[in-house]
Amino acid sequence: MIKNSAVQMAHALSSNEISSVELTQAHLDQISKVDTDVHAFLHVDSEGALAQARDIDARRKAGEKLAPLAGVPLALKDVLVQKGIPTTCGSKMLEGWRPPYDSTVVSRLKDNGIIILGKTNMDEFAMGSSTENSAYGPTHNPWDLTRIPGGSGGGSSAALAAFEAPLAIGTDTGGSIRQPAAVTGTVGVKPTYGGVSRYGLVAFSSSLDQAGPCARTVLDAAYLHEAIGGYDRMDSTSINASIPPVVEAAKNGNVKGMKIGVIKELQGDGYQPGVLKLFNQSLELLASLGAEIVEVSCKYFDYALAAYYLIAPSECSSNLARFDAMRYGIRVGEGSAEDVMNATRQQGFGREVKRRIILGTYALSSGYYDAYYGSAQKVRTLISRDFEAAFAKADVLVSPTAPTTAFKIGEKANDPIAMYLNDIATIPTNLAGIGGMSVPSGLAEEDGLPAGFQIMAPAMKDDRMYQVGSALEAALLSKWGKPILENAPSLGAR
Amino acid sequence: MDCERRWPDPKVIRAPSESLGKVTFMSNISRDDVANLAKLARIDLSEDELNHLSKELSVILDAVARVQEVASADVPPTSHPLPLQNVFRVDEVRPSLTPSEALSGAPAQEEQRFKVPQILGEEQ
Repeated sequence: MIKNSAVQMAHALSSNEISSVELTQAHLDQISKVDTDVHAFLHVDSEGALAQARDIDARRKAGEKLAPLAGVPLALKDVLVQKGIPTTCGSKMLEGWRPPYDSTVVSRLKDNGIIILGKTNMDEFAMGSSTENSAYGPTHNPWDLTRIPGGSGGGSSAALAAFEAPLAIGTDTGGSIRQPAAVTGTVGVKPTYGGVSRYGLVAFSSSLDQAGPCARTVLDAAYLHEAIGGYDRMDSTSINASIPPVVEAAKNGNVKGMKIGVIKELQGDGYQPGVLKLFNQSLELLASLGAEIVEVSCKYFDYALAAYYLIAPSECSSNLARFDAMRYGIRVGEGSAEDVMNATRQQGFGREVKRRIILGTYALSSGYYDAYYGSAQKVRTLISRDFEAAFAKADVLVSPTAPTTAFKIGEKANDPIAMYLNDIATIPTNLAGIGGMSVPSGLAEEDGLPAGFQIMAPAMKDDRMYQVGSALEAALLSKWGKPILENAPSLGAR
Repeated sequence: MDCERRWPDPKVIRAPSESLGKVTFMSNISRDDVANLAKLARIDLSEDELNHLSKELSVILDAVARVQEVASADVPPTSHPLPLQNVFRVDEVRPSLTPSEALSGAPAQEEQRFKVPQILGEEQ
């Protein structure tokens, strides 16, 4: 049962083939079995999950009409607060902290009867592409435990690939949902900015951060998207409009007559040949289903990475000022408030977080502001214009999600620039605030590891990503004869 | 405090107009520059970190400085993907955290308040 899709599990629940308690327990058992090796979870809330499952079972038995995913378990990225449950953001700074309130994403999960199994590992404060920056140790890719599961949401993607949960929540500031999905053979969606509330999402870069669904199928992601999305008065940047019809689009999955734009700048040098080959095969499949493939050029995308690594650190240097040792989190040292702050931030933050805070402080300094942060904001405008021009020629845009398959843990740990290049194809959508999805495109011939196919849609047209994603997923499934994760090694055999 | 906000001479950073269209751009961030940034950011970096970061920051700044190649004066900046301004809500009383909930994560508290170390020095 744990290898089924969330939709299949929901059917089994509503037809009383299985109870939510049994389903939740099966996932808790799988976590016990494999998580010593995978380390996807920072905290497992067995009691809370089972209590929630018992409640759902009772309500179902009483004849209550429940939401589509009621009783199905989920793994929550540790950057979203859940009342009374430890929330660390992968940082020592918040060790032991139990938030006094629920994030809107969590409230909506609870309203939908979705069972929260626990909190997943991540790069500290979501800064990273490998989950190696977690203060609590790295997560291991279920496809090969010596490799990274992507980041920053590597715990969520690994939990899905290791069948520890059928659904997960991620957050995506520069690719932290999509790149982990790509390197673990799972599905990840960054909705349009403002499509899912940021209330209770610990901020990294507020103008880029976006929570979204992670799953093993496109339809599962669509149901989860509908559960967590929509307007929220608690987030002033929440879009006051109805959620795009993503479930309907995922069920439809017809690309006949659709124009699919291939972005010239997001391929070629720096991309692993096997990843590009899978990308081109996916394109051919979509063309065979009746889509029209056109090439588009987004010439300012070459500057996206540079702009991102000024904007995100700048915003983070401001956002992380809240960790001041006064109101919550750890407190270290003695003396004046400033001494305590200095000592606490020195001890509480890890290497990458310090690097970005210092970089952001520099970029925002008087005398340098215009040259760095100001210029990066202008690049942001140019990238949005590139997208606008491209969407005039195509309904959706596509690229490989990440330039390579999963690399070895430790391989890029001492080379920040090499690490930042992982997000080269995912960053432009965050800068423009539009949606992006990664669906598995197959296993690369060089290493047998999964790669991702990225689909981007204009703002609030998220349904188009689901339409194309589910068409590709169905075509690849019939080509392979089985889901991609069936090829992953079995875990916990030792 | 004013002296803290002022930066050492922008000796290594040319004005954007000068550097437009130039790809090579040598940043040279010294150990003392990083120490000043760390002071502003309230992080008591170790000597090792100061030296290491000054090298890393120079490399990263060289890589990101290329935004200046295309950031010409006629391009307006984008600070946010949504064209929102001044989002208001009705000013009404709604349920919120109790004092004990709000203080639940405090490192120290006293009389329903956050207890903090001394903020002003003796001479202030």
